Amino acid sequence: MNNPNQQFVQFEQRIHNALDNDQVRKNFRHAMSGLMGKRAMAFADDNELQELRSQDRLIRANALLKLPQLLEQLEAKLTENGIHVHWAENGEQANTIALEILNSHNAKTVVKGKSMVSEEVEMNHFLEEKGITVTESDLGEFIIQLAGEAPSHIVMPAVHKNRKEIARLFHEKFPHIPYTEDVDELTLSARQIMRERFEQADAGITGVNFMVAETGTLCLVENEGNGRMCSTVPPLHIAITGIEKVVEKLSDVPPLVSILARSATGQLITTYFNMISSPRKEGEKDGPKEVHLILLDNGRSHVRMDEELLETLRCIRCGACMNHCPVYVQVGGHAYGTVYPGPIGTVLEPQLSGLDKIGTLTSACTMCGACAEVCPVRIPLPKLINRLRSEAVEGKHGVVGLRGQGSLRKSKESFIWNAWQWLYSSPSVYRLFLSLATRLRFLAPGWLGPWTRYRSAPKPAPKSLHEMVASEGYDHE
Amino acid sequence: MELIKAAGVNVIFPKQQSCCGQPAFNSGYRQEALNVARSQLACFPKNIPIVVPSGSCGGMLKHHWPELFAGEADEEQAKQVAARVFELSEFLVDVLNLKLDDLGKPVKVAIHTSCSARREMGVADKIESLVAQLDNVEVLEQKNKAECCGFGGTFSIKQADISGAMVADKSKAITDTGAEILISQDCGCLMNIGGALEKQGQSQRIMHLAQFLQERTGE
Repeated sequence: MNNPNQQFVQFEQRIHNALDNDQVRKNFRHAMSGLMGKRAMAFADDNELQELRSQDRLIRANALLKLPQLLEQLEAKLTENGIHVHWAENGEQANTIALEILNSHNAKTVVKGKSMVSEEVEMNHFLEEKGITVTESDLGEFIIQLAGEAPSHIVMPAVHKNRKEIARLFHEKFPHIPYTEDVDELTLSARQIMRERFEQADAGITGVNFMVAETGTLCLVENEGNGRMCSTVPPLHIAITGIEKVVEKLSDVPPLVSILARSATGQLITTYFNMISSPRKEGEKDGPKEVHLILLDNGRSHVRMDEELLETLRCIRCGACMNHCPVYVQVGGHAYGTVYPGPIGTVLEPQLSGLDKIGTLTSACTMCGACAEVCPVRIPLPKLINRLRSEAVEGKHGVVGLRGQGSLRKSKESFIWNAWQWLYSSPSVYRLFLSLATRLRFLAPGWLGPWTRYRSAPKPAPKSLHEMVASEGYDHE
Repeated sequence: MELIKAAGVNVIFPKQQSCCGQPAFNSGYRQEALNVARSQLACFPKNIPIVVPSGSCGGMLKHHWPELFAGEADEEQAKQVAARVFELSEFLVDVLNLKLDDLGKPVKVAIHTSCSARREMGVADKIESLVAQLDNVEVLEQKNKAECCGFGGTFSIKQADISGAMVADKSKAITDTGAEILISQDCGCLMNIGGALEKQGQSQRIMHLAQFLQERTGE
């Protein structure tokens, strides 16, 4: 059983660790400002952006509406194309399926492309325990794998590190490479290491950005070419993704790719865009001999059953919400303690793991709306965070029960809101309160708990608005 | 109220008003929020505009009341109230088309538009255009202007340290402009940023837009 109180303590500790680390905060501020600027330049025409957002929202909403039939169609098409399809209800099943496929090929070394779903199921950890060597081939993922850390951002996993930290890390892990802070030289070293691993690998594992039901195509968006190497060089390719990544038609893909790249990094299109439609065919000289797709549910079907919360599943994982989040920029991704950080993590994680486990994330939001303003598929993130807050303390709005509903209700807090409600819903009591507050203003405390750690205490005005209005002779009705 | 009255409009101040319910609504206590909001429904019986001098209260009334009252017997009434809500700067510009004569001395100001006025109400340009009418007022631009000040209602208590870090960045950006006055259309942000500036020993004046306009244009 989870102790709901424990999550508060742990979250607070992670936040303090984050706020105390000036270097990491500087790294985030610098990186997020850059990403926001690049995105803004890529969407110079606001009308075009708003139309594209609406179009992409519809594409994703339509796919979610028809999810069961599209998944069946996808499976049939992929099978027809020679791609093996596997269904995993949870992370354990997904990992076991991957291991069985690898074992059946006696595969011992794996190169991986970037995949947040593989992070979600902790695949590296699982496979390494079973004696399989896994190398992350995305540069950012490679860096954090060397450092033994988790991604702090869904698109730029090593964004919490700066050049000098990476230089020190490379020198420590590869002493034969001379120390350098030159980005090109560091990248070249990583490339040389990676080339050998690609050649030696028995299998490649990647994520998927979009799956097309109509044609049975797996689309993979990336910038370094490592995804293409992982999915073409080794004789075996295993792709893993969430069931919600399906779209109906091939023509749905271009508007999604366009908004994904621009929202994420400000690029018009990524350097590599892979469309995988079959294993190596007879007479072809390259490509994997076998391709497998693992489709992970892990709570997504449950999320889909609530007509409001299902909007969460429209997400295309661009990261724009975290790039623009004023809380994320202060504390960074690790403070969330989850696989998916930032606004989308705040909405998704409590739904997947339970409000009793990680519902406290919803407190780390000012409702400023910056995330919803940039979301390429118009997910109303603050609205969903607000809904989850209410589920955490009231837990009665959803048709479908969320795990941990009502678990964050505290008697002291509900007492305060009850008193607040009594005061503010009775006009005469409220006016009496105002009048007392202004007359007794000399008693106002100079210390107001956490508020005055960073600010002076507000003082009641000498006269309440109600009193001022009364003396000015305004009409009351 | 005096600004609107000076423009020749009859202003009514419903005596029964208290709070829109936003603090409880944003904390997840929807039932308590609904009870308070319901006590306010009868305040606005006439079919006339409702002017709210704070973006976040305006946003609550205009956008969240229909959500909060959804499925309730008084849903229609709540929607009718919501449809008549204007944020103050929006009302001054779009409805009154207010023309301002600046009677004050030259001054440098910074403007903070609240997130709810900017994104929920979509009226960030209104405060800018009102202040731009004042000949002797120079507006200084701050870094990361559209970024939240870190107030967020109960967020400032529940996540006090993140809120503190945010208001530290915001107050520094404002101080760095060299402005003598900070203006906003939202009381929550003013209390937050103003409190931080005061604690830091800064000397900027903290003024609500209405107060500022009144001072610049009144006798």
